Amino acid sequence: MRLDEQTRGDFPILGRIVNGHPLVYLDSAASSQKPRAVVEAMSRYYETSNANVHRSIHTLGEEATELYEAARDRVQRFINAAAREEIVFTRGTTDGIGIVAEAVGRTLRAGDEIIVSELEHHSNLVPWQVAARDRGVTIRAIPVIGDGVLDLDAYGRLLGPRTRMVAVAHVSNVLGTIVPVAEIVARAHRVGALTLLDGAQAVPHLPLDMSAIGSDFYAFSAHKMFGPTGIGVLYGRRAVLERLEPARGGSEMIREVWVDRATWNDLPWRFEPGTPPIAEAVGLNAAIEYLEKLGMERVREHEQALAVQAVEQLSAIPGVRVYGPRHERGAVVAFSVEGFHPHDVAAALDAEGIAVRAGHHCAQPLMRWCGVVGTTRASFSVFNSSEDVAMLTHAVAGLGRAF
Amino acid sequence: MSAPPKAPLYSDVIRERWRKPRYRGELPGATATAEDVNPLCGDRVRMQLRVEDGQVRAARFAGDSCAICSASADVVAELVEGRSRGDAAALEAGDILSVLQADVRPTRMRCVTLPLTVLGKALA
Repeated sequence: MRLDEQTRGDFPILGRIVNGHPLVYLDSAASSQKPRAVVEAMSRYYETSNANVHRSIHTLGEEATELYEAARDRVQRFINAAAREEIVFTRGTTDGIGIVAEAVGRTLRAGDEIIVSELEHHSNLVPWQVAARDRGVTIRAIPVIGDGVLDLDAYGRLLGPRTRMVAVAHVSNVLGTIVPVAEIVARAHRVGALTLLDGAQAVPHLPLDMSAIGSDFYAFSAHKMFGPTGIGVLYGRRAVLERLEPARGGSEMIREVWVDRATWNDLPWRFEPGTPPIAEAVGLNAAIEYLEKLGMERVREHEQALAVQAVEQLSAIPGVRVYGPRHERGAVVAFSVEGFHPHDVAAALDAEGIAVRAGHHCAQPLMRWCGVVGTTRASFSVFNSSEDVAMLTHAVAGLGRAF
Repeated sequence: MSAPPKAPLYSDVIRERWRKPRYRGELPGATATAEDVNPLCGDRVRMQLRVEDGQVRAARFAGDSCAICSASADVVAELVEGRSRGDAAALEAGDILSVLQADVRPTRMRCVTLPLTVLGKALA
């Protein structure tokens, strides 16, 4: 059975009628829809086990703690991390990057350099700008070349003894480019730099193996991978997390507190101040279980086929320009239509029940590289079919009629 | 399946103003120029005014923006021409919507108000 036929019934929201048409949801890269199993797991938690974690010496508190920590174990296995101590729960990708930028930022000195790339989401640029501010730290960017890949020769020239951090996306949220992260990480490590990968667009779509990639940090969000909003994961290599001073304080992350000082808790809780997103962790656990049942190889194959179909069909429409690599790509396809602003394209598609993203996609430096203010972006998930892609291309081809 | 005839996405005025703007262009002898962006989408609008003796004598706009924003800028330029500086500054979103004869969803209201923000900067 096709993956979309198998999974479609798992997503109640796909039964919605939008503007008189059955919903065609092509905006999973912004936020995925939630399978029933995730919603039910969270409801069940709230209805049967809800309590605070870790210091509640009562039955519900113990159940909540068990569920919260079970989610951590699931994440560890899913991304093949070496230890559960390497899995820090955050509020999302942006938060995870912020935690690292703040903690590493306070160790930076004048003359140090941070390397990012031109295809980054603002979430992997601005935290570094804030961290570097007033410290005399320079931010340099790996250029984007050709059909939207990183210039690795230029990367080699940027790397040097001053490089302290290399922070790049695993998959571009606009071009769909799959960045050769293992190579980027290995070369950064050779000059003694730390690495952080923004995995927001990779984790929902690719089989992942932290031990193979070797990055010091890897951040992603649950809500893009069938999980709830409000929780994400920061993977941190244990040896690195152990020597990193936490930048944020509060309950949970301490061992002992006096009025003027404190000692830190063990990993991973040292980086989780305050009451964590417990129900959200339960939801994330259910989301990963759902993905594991489908099999990430199968997910990848299905979505890649849809993306390639979209690239081919959209490119064939006069006046349509598609951005990014043509074949080896993630589950997003950004395009522009001559004579139509991306927001007007999105509004016209919405009138036919087709949900897409339009605008700069929080990647303004990349938009400048593309030479446009914004683009329209379709993104795909397991429940999307080749018929969905055909509806999209049909609607784009008929845009003139909508105006 | 034959496609049913589509209701236009935007009002006639928006489509007309977007396709054939009357006030798009450069303003020779402008006394004030301002520019701003919509942080939601990156759209950019520039407005040029020629203000003499406290009166807005002429207005033009330029920029890269969606149909709603472009139509709004066109209307703003038309409405301020001939107004006193104070009357021009008092222009509100409701004034523009009534000319556009459009209901604009909350998610697109910034498209309507960006030209007003730019106007405010130009008059400041």
